[in-house]
Amino acid sequence: MLIEKYKDQIEKTLGKYPDRRSAVMPMLYLAQQEYGHITPEAMAEVAEICEMSVTQVRSLVGFYTMYYEKPKGKYLIQVCTDLPCALRGAEQFFEALKDYLGVEEGEVTPDGLFSIEQVMCLAACDKAPVMQINFSYCEGLDIDKAKAIIDDLRAGKSYTPAYRWRAAEHAHAGRKQGGKSKAEPEA
Amino acid sequence: MGRGAPHPKMKAGRDVAHIILRDLDIPDIWKFDVYVENGGYEGLKKAVTLTPDEVIEVVKASGLRGRGGAGFPTGVKWSFIPKDAETTYVAVNADESEPGTFKDRQIMEGNPHQLIEGALICAYAIRARAVYIYCRGEFWDLTHALDARIEEARAAGFIGENILGSGWSCEVYTHLGAGAYICGEESALLNSLQGLLGQPRVRPPFPAQKGGGLYYEPTVVNNVETLTNVPWIMVNGADAYRQFGTEQSPGVKVFCVSGHVNRPGNYELPLGTTFRELIYEHAGGILDDKGLKGVLTAGASAPILPGSAEVLDTPLTYEDVQKVGSSLGSASVIVLDEDTDMVWAALKMVRFFKHESCGKCTPCREGTFWMERVLSRIHRGEATEGDIDLLDEVAAQIKGKCLCALGEFALNPAAATIAHFRDDYARRVSGVPESTAELETQAPIEAPVAAGD
Repeated sequence: MLIEKYKDQIEKTLGKYPDRRSAVMPMLYLAQQEYGHITPEAMAEVAEICEMSVTQVRSLVGFYTMYYEKPKGKYLIQVCTDLPCALRGAEQFFEALKDYLGVEEGEVTPDGLFSIEQVMCLAACDKAPVMQINFSYCEGLDIDKAKAIIDDLRAGKSYTPAYRWRAAEHAHAGRKQGGKSKAEPEA
Repeated sequence: MGRGAPHPKMKAGRDVAHIILRDLDIPDIWKFDVYVENGGYEGLKKAVTLTPDEVIEVVKASGLRGRGGAGFPTGVKWSFIPKDAETTYVAVNADESEPGTFKDRQIMEGNPHQLIEGALICAYAIRARAVYIYCRGEFWDLTHALDARIEEARAAGFIGENILGSGWSCEVYTHLGAGAYICGEESALLNSLQGLLGQPRVRPPFPAQKGGGLYYEPTVVNNVETLTNVPWIMVNGADAYRQFGTEQSPGVKVFCVSGHVNRPGNYELPLGTTFRELIYEHAGGILDDKGLKGVLTAGASAPILPGSAEVLDTPLTYEDVQKVGSSLGSASVIVLDEDTDMVWAALKMVRFFKHESCGKCTPCREGTFWMERVLSRIHRGEATEGDIDLLDEVAAQIKGKCLCALGEFALNPAAATIAHFRDDYARRVSGVPESTAELETQAPIEAPVAAGD
């Protein structure tokens, strides 16, 4: 149960807001990290924590694109193919990467490692083509660089994004790692 | 690349350091100590020696306008907060999701304390008890790092109880969105923060009024870049800020340049810089020296402009861009070269709006659906001449009929490309050009926004 396992963190998050309901989004992220995706049971847990109905929680899960009701690969790859990136070849990049992984959009590779999908603008248009792996930026890519990252991940190496700020300092402790990661740190 | 760009040439013709993108001038200014060594938090210190109303007067006098897109005068917005309100809030709009916009991200990565300081000055001016920084979900790493920056400011006494001995107390929190463009619309953002569906509210009441803001209390919602200007204005004064820009559009702006240019990136320049200077000098001109076909000034949201000499010589100000038939918006300049198929570009943008429509207002929800359908048909070469007018008509029927600006934005890609590039459409209805047939070979973009599709 989230409320037992992450009691302190949940209390701290609830303390940010005058209304418990405001904590529903961070609670859904917590549930997603813990269970890998948002299960019906997780929605019930979140509903109880935030004093909402399960139906209300479910409506939010459906509304936002970053909550998943089905399992994804351990590494979720999201390629921006919106207009600014598409002007720099992102659509061809996406196709090539999808072929390299050997899956269709939205599917998980047989080894459970990868899912790939197209997403809308990621606010990194000057570094196209761009993708996120479990919500961390990989920028200024070409297909060879992207393949090399995939190969590293397949070989069990951890992925360290070339993130200017400080990735080293703030570690990626909270990022989704196929449901296996540590909980979201609260500063 | 843009992020290593030279200092902007300011109005006086001399090189001046950046006001916003100070990470380009000062290495590691994201660090608390470095920020403080370089004058950080002096604006807040000065603000608390003034009355809240005096702070608002300074911001009003500077002429600073909202950098998120609407361009509303910032000080005026702050002055709308009722003086007798017991509980007020500041919500920082860091939901940067407009295609072609990537400035707020650089600000929060490179110069985060200046945003925190600006938000605190705003909070002091409206006597807010809390600031919520609403970051788009994809800013996951950034937001966790921002939490660490907030803790540094708290440890130094800039956040918390009785800040700088002023008797005013304020907290600062981050809040992560989860993938919804609509949450960049201010009333949808407030709903999302409250754990409600991120859909716009009926106004009035406006966010600054009782009943319209966060938790229905008076609230200022400001964009990241807007607030990041404020510490500089507090320290240097309104007149100093007005030495940049024009009478109606004072100050500097971060221009995001993307698409077919040699040096895409963020360029902080005085408002009033022309498209020509931005695209050809700062961004290094068009890739492969091709011609310019069109420019989007505010991502996908504002009408596209043709790459004419008249447009190129237009100063990038709120007033001048409007005169040539578009809007400065968030100043996300997407450059399209002479080989761009505008039907394809319109289809990309219409798909974006179809995906991001929250589903609340019928004209936007249905209109984006039908525009996408007709445009796809045109793009596939299966349309007739009449479909172009049909598309134009569907777009026209959305106009003025939605609760928020997304609906208004959504009609622009189709309407403006038809207005300026009808030949591209005409070619499509008489057969598909070979070079641009790839879009339809892809799987359709997933649209998990339940209500929107």
